[in-house]
Amino acid sequence: MEILVCVKRVPDPAENEIELNSAGNDIEQDDLVYSVNEWDNYAVEEAIQIVDKVGGSVTVVSVGDEDAEEVVRREMAMGADKGLLLSDDAFENSDGKGIASILKAAVAKGSYDLIFTGALADDGAAQIGGMLAAMLDWPYASLVNVIKADDSKTIKVGREIEGGNQEMNEIDLPCVLSIQTGINEPRYVGIRGIRKVASVEIPQLGAAELGIDPDTVGAKGAKVKRVDYFIPELGEGAEILEGSTDEIVEELVERLKAKGGIK
Amino acid sequence: MSELYIYVTHKDGAPDDSASELIAAARKINPDASVTAIVAGSGDGADTVCQTVAASGATVFKIANEALAYPNAEIVRNMLVNILPSDAIILIPHDTFGMDLGPGLSIKLDAAFVSDVIDFEGLEGTDLKIIRQEFSGQVYTHVLCDISAGAVLNIRPGAFKADENQIAEGQIIDKSGDAGDLTARRRFLEVVEAEAGEVDITAEDVLISVGRGIEDEDNMEIIFDLAKEMGGEVSCSRPIVDAKWLEKARQVGTSGQTVKPKVYLALGISGSFQHLGGLKGAPFVVAVNKNANAPIFQAADVGVVADILDFIPELTEKISELN
Ligand SMILES: Cc1cc2nc3c(=O)[nH]c(=O)nc-3n(C[C@H](O)[C@H](O)[C@H](O)COP(=O)(O)OP(=O)(O)OC[C@H]3O[C@@H](n4cnc5c(N)ncnc54)[C@H](O)[C@@H]3O)c2cc1C
Ligand SMILES: Cc1cc2nc3c(=O)[nH]c(=O)nc-3n(C[C@H](O)[C@H](O)[C@H](O)COP(=O)(O)OP(=O)(O)OC[C@H]3O[C@@H](n4cnc5c(N)ncnc54)[C@H](O)[C@@H]3O)c2cc1C
Repeated sequence: MEILVCVKRVPDPAENEIELNSAGNDIEQDDLVYSVNEWDNYAVEEAIQIVDKVGGSVTVVSVGDEDAEEVVRREMAMGADKGLLLSDDAFENSDGKGIASILKAAVAKGSYDLIFTGALADDGAAQIGGMLAAMLDWPYASLVNVIKADDSKTIKVGREIEGGNQEMNEIDLPCVLSIQTGINEPRYVGIRGIRKVASVEIPQLGAAELGIDPDTVGAKGAKVKRVDYFIPELGEGAEILEGSTDEIVEELVERLKAKGGIK
Repeated sequence: MSELYIYVTHKDGAPDDSASELIAAARKINPDASVTAIVAGSGDGADTVCQTVAASGATVFKIANEALAYPNAEIVRNMLVNILPSDAIILIPHDTFGMDLGPGLSIKLDAAFVSDVIDFEGLEGTDLKIIRQEFSGQVYTHVLCDISAGAVLNIRPGAFKADENQIAEGQIIDKSGDAGDLTARRRFLEVVEAEAGEVDITAEDVLISVGRGIEDEDNMEIIFDLAKEMGGEVSCSRPIVDAKWLEKARQVGTSGQTVKPKVYLALGISGSFQHLGGLKGAPFVVAVNKNANAPIFQAADVGVVADILDFIPELTEKISELN
């Protein structure tokens, strides 16, 4: 089984509080700590487990600038066999469709049975997997939380649907799956793992190598343009309790008692 | 302007709440537009849904076919590509079905795609101005979406309030004959229901809910200590279940349980819409979070900006003194 896993470099939600810059139109970029999108670790882990069982190889791909190489390398340290970086000035400010079409061009350069994306990334769009599948005209399943693969031409996948129920499907290969968190327990990557892949060559492909017309991607190709970031005048919101910890605790206990929160 | 369509999901003969929200969202795009609702399904249930939606003032396209009895996104997509005019704007709920359908549909229609839309701010030329959030709701963004060749818009559940104004009843038009080839390379097998857990958080009046802010499995103890003193039960956000620190039956949210407590403590929980989607019945919500800008404070009645690892033991101690 040849598996391609798409990974995105994102500001680490555990390390950053996202705030507006002083001009109030963009997020404060300084001091942001980046990592690989949480969902993508599950996708890479799943790919490695499948290949361990049925054979084949795992390739990790990211669209981004030079910095994205570090997340590709991290996923290789998990055990992915190959890495690929898709990078070009023309790719900057792509919308979701742009990113998906760049990935599609990379898929055409290889021969894959399965493509994984994460279900969701920092933009909260949950779009790349479904777009890529439709561009390739491959079947697709989103929010996958179980995969039963052997060496046949169809596999079984479970999709997580409302209420934590699971929708079981049979799907023909090749296909694209977006992976939901919780499908497995992604392995820990230690310093030693990172060191092992530190000098591995990660091929980098641009628009020309991928055969992409630069006008169809990036800002030029985007039908969807992000204009600014902002924080609206929000409604009242919570009454924030102020004072020393003792005072706050005392006040909160009173409120909880009044509402029946302390039995 | 392009014609506006909504996709109605339904179950057991009743449209999902999203149907009336999507109609409201469509009217926010264009108050004068007629809205066409697409109802696909089979049998009497689907007929009842058509009538209910028509009564709310939308024109209904009914697509009845055995193959649509269970909503398989690939089949629905094929059908929509055949039914929709080329520059249509179609609104879909941003739920587990909409996430499956929307992105691929936009490619097949060669239309723009924007997901998790929470509001519209009118047109600028051929661009629709859309509001959405990024970074789990920590910041908002304006997005301009070129709708000249149509658009697929996935709308966040609960973001638009259903319009109560009674409008003349809509017509039901049977489009079943235009649906085209309804086979798929992904075939639905069955739905496996979530397992019941050792606790039933849906029956609890007081829930002490813990999120990723707890940082480490060893810290979970402070949450159970507090729950014990308060006489409530422990629930959680999804990452706690993903990490296998608590069982799935304790997860609150769209992919977990829907709870209706009287009092809800959100401890180290950011307040994503998927989490809040499981919190019903207008409980008294207390949020403790170290980030003063965390979206949870918008949903809470009372907030404390603090590190839960320090604050919770203090609170527990105070309550235990009282007990
Ligand atoms: C400077 C900047 C400007 C931008 N401007 C715009 C804009 O004007 N309009 C607009 O619509 N968007 C814009 N974007 C967003 C950008 O296009 C997103 O990266 C894209 O929409 C895909 O990310 P997502 O979070 O939407 O993906 P989702 O669909 O939510 O992510 C799901 C999965 O898709 C895969 N994936 C996502 N991104 C990548 C990637 N880069 N490489 C490999 N795999 C990936 C991963 O597997 C991920 O888990 C901008 C981004 C940046 C950094
Ligand atoms: C299809 C789908 C379905 C989903 N279903 C659900 C669902 O049913 N339920 C659900 O919960 N999620 C669900 N999610 C996930 C959801 O999008 C969020 O990722 C999740 O709710 C975030 O959980 P959290 O608030 O615990 O973590 P985070 O968003 O990481 O927030 C942690 C919060 O803790 C705060 N914090 C950190 N450390 C401390 C500290 N020491 N003291 C105080 N505060 C601290 C941070 O400021 C932050 O606000 C779903 C996602 C998808 C895509």
